[in-house]
Amino acid sequence: MTAMQIIFLLTAVVTLVSALRVVTTPNMIHAALWLVTTLVGVAVLYVLLSASFLAVAQVVIYVGAIAILMMFVIMLTRREMRDRGPQTGKQWPWAAVLAVLLFGGLVWMVQSVGLAAAPVGEVPQTAIADLGKALVSPNGFVIPFEVASVLLLAALIGAVYVAWTRRHS
Amino acid sequence: MGILSQPIGVIAEWLRNLLLGWGLSQGLTTVLLYLLGGAVVAILVQTWVIFLIWYERKLIGRIQDRLGPNRVGPYGLLQPFADFIKIMTKEVIVPSGADKPLYFWGPILMDAGVLMLWAVIPLMPMVGMDLNVAALYTIAVGGFATLGILLSGWSSNNKFALVSAIRTVAQMVSYEVPTVLALLIPVLLAGTMSLHGIVAAQHVWYIVFAPLAFLIYFVASVAENGRSPFDLMEAESEIVAGFHIEYSGMVFAIFYVADFLHAFTIGALAAVLFLGGWRGPGAESFPLLGFVYLWIKAFAVYFVGVWVRGTVPRVRVDQLMNFSWKFLTPLALILLVLTAVLDHFVFGLGAWTRALSHLLMNIVVAVAVLRYLEHHEKVRASRRPMVAQPGQYPVARPPRPTVAENPTEAAS
Repeated sequence: MTAMQIIFLLTAVVTLVSALRVVTTPNMIHAALWLVTTLVGVAVLYVLLSASFLAVAQVVIYVGAIAILMMFVIMLTRREMRDRGPQTGKQWPWAAVLAVLLFGGLVWMVQSVGLAAAPVGEVPQTAIADLGKALVSPNGFVIPFEVASVLLLAALIGAVYVAWTRRHS
Repeated sequence: MGILSQPIGVIAEWLRNLLLGWGLSQGLTTVLLYLLGGAVVAILVQTWVIFLIWYERKLIGRIQDRLGPNRVGPYGLLQPFADFIKIMTKEVIVPSGADKPLYFWGPILMDAGVLMLWAVIPLMPMVGMDLNVAALYTIAVGGFATLGILLSGWSSNNKFALVSAIRTVAQMVSYEVPTVLALLIPVLLAGTMSLHGIVAAQHVWYIVFAPLAFLIYFVASVAENGRSPFDLMEAESEIVAGFHIEYSGMVFAIFYVADFLHAFTIGALAAVLFLGGWRGPGAESFPLLGFVYLWIKAFAVYFVGVWVRGTVPRVRVDQLMNFSWKFLTPLALILLVLTAVLDHFVFGLGAWTRALSHLLMNIVVAVAVLRYLEHHEKVRASRRPMVAQPGQYPVARPPRPTVAENPTEAAS
């Protein structure tokens, strides 16, 4: 077993255990923090795949922004940080069956495509430059990119409009 | 490969051969070397904080017309060690009702957020991780520090700590925007996000190209660090001491170290991005000289930070937010667009022509902004009512009790 495999296994265990803790812990803040651990674990997996940009973007977006936003929301909206009731609903067996089916389907799909046996390629050093060019080139993804930008701008303006207090009313 | 031209490379090679000689596998050796390198950098920079604490206290003392520490050792140099022994002997008191694991994770995350920055700082040529997304990485790890503050404030079970933590996080999230935008300008000029690449591209320092971006980066970084004049998180008169009010002993010391180290790290990052990093005469043939240059530059920026800290009073919370969202962010956006457009035209010209045209653009923008601010202030002053109205900031003056409402007072 190589060092990389050991790191991968450790990361995978941490990611999975913390993902489970997200839904089982009764404390809301703890759930948010377990979610952060899960997302950081995923970022480490990206690093192991040499996808450094994806890893860093994952940390910027999820740890730096979304996790903090979630904690703010929990702190500002809930008086009780703890769920009193049971952690599972009535339909948990069905959900478990669905989850197992989904997992089995994914495993079958990966097996049948033969991804596991595919040769491991080197990630080129210019990967980010290529990605950046693809995002703004007319032959690449310029239209989805611009649509997403317009959507975000609209959301931003909407947020300002909602938060705006009118002085003379 | 001599010890003078590749000091760290030679040591790493020697260690690698030693470990391989012991029969370890290639992969394990690499992992061990990375771990060792990380530990060495983390320990060295945290040791450096001992000197920083003495220096800052001395400098602030002189700024405030005091002597500063001068009892323990020559010039008080041993004062931090005395402080350290004192703080080691203090009991770590966990408040009742605290969320114990999170209470201890807070300071760890905050210190880690600063230490992780040192992984990508090019200390000298060929030393330091050459990450191709290093500029973005410096922003990403800041998120851990923010999370640490939020955790320590919440888990302390103290309302002042919570208020301070939420205030701090709002401040850090706001000032992250101008920091990122200002950071994009050197990235744009160098055409790479790797910090090694940015240093290598600076035949002319980027402070000549983009003095305004340097200022924005510096101010926004100081605000993210939460130092005076942006130290609202520690406003003693309002929220006692801030998010670390419930911490004592060594656990508090971690916050203290993280704060001082962050201040110096800002200097190092600003030096790498705008002041040419390790560049200087003879640095390429003698990398250790490059390390000295980087340290001097980082120290110069740090000095200015302490100077500002000792000089400027604390800002109000609305001023803090307005300064980020209504001044720094739009200015950084304008600069980013102008730099991109200008660089498109002057890219092919010589290094100095390119630098001077960028400098000229910066001066024009600076004059225009100052003119606009002057005009804006005049208009605002002419509209400002003499007494604050309800709903306006600062807090409206309570209406005076009239005679009819308060007959006893009027009678006496």
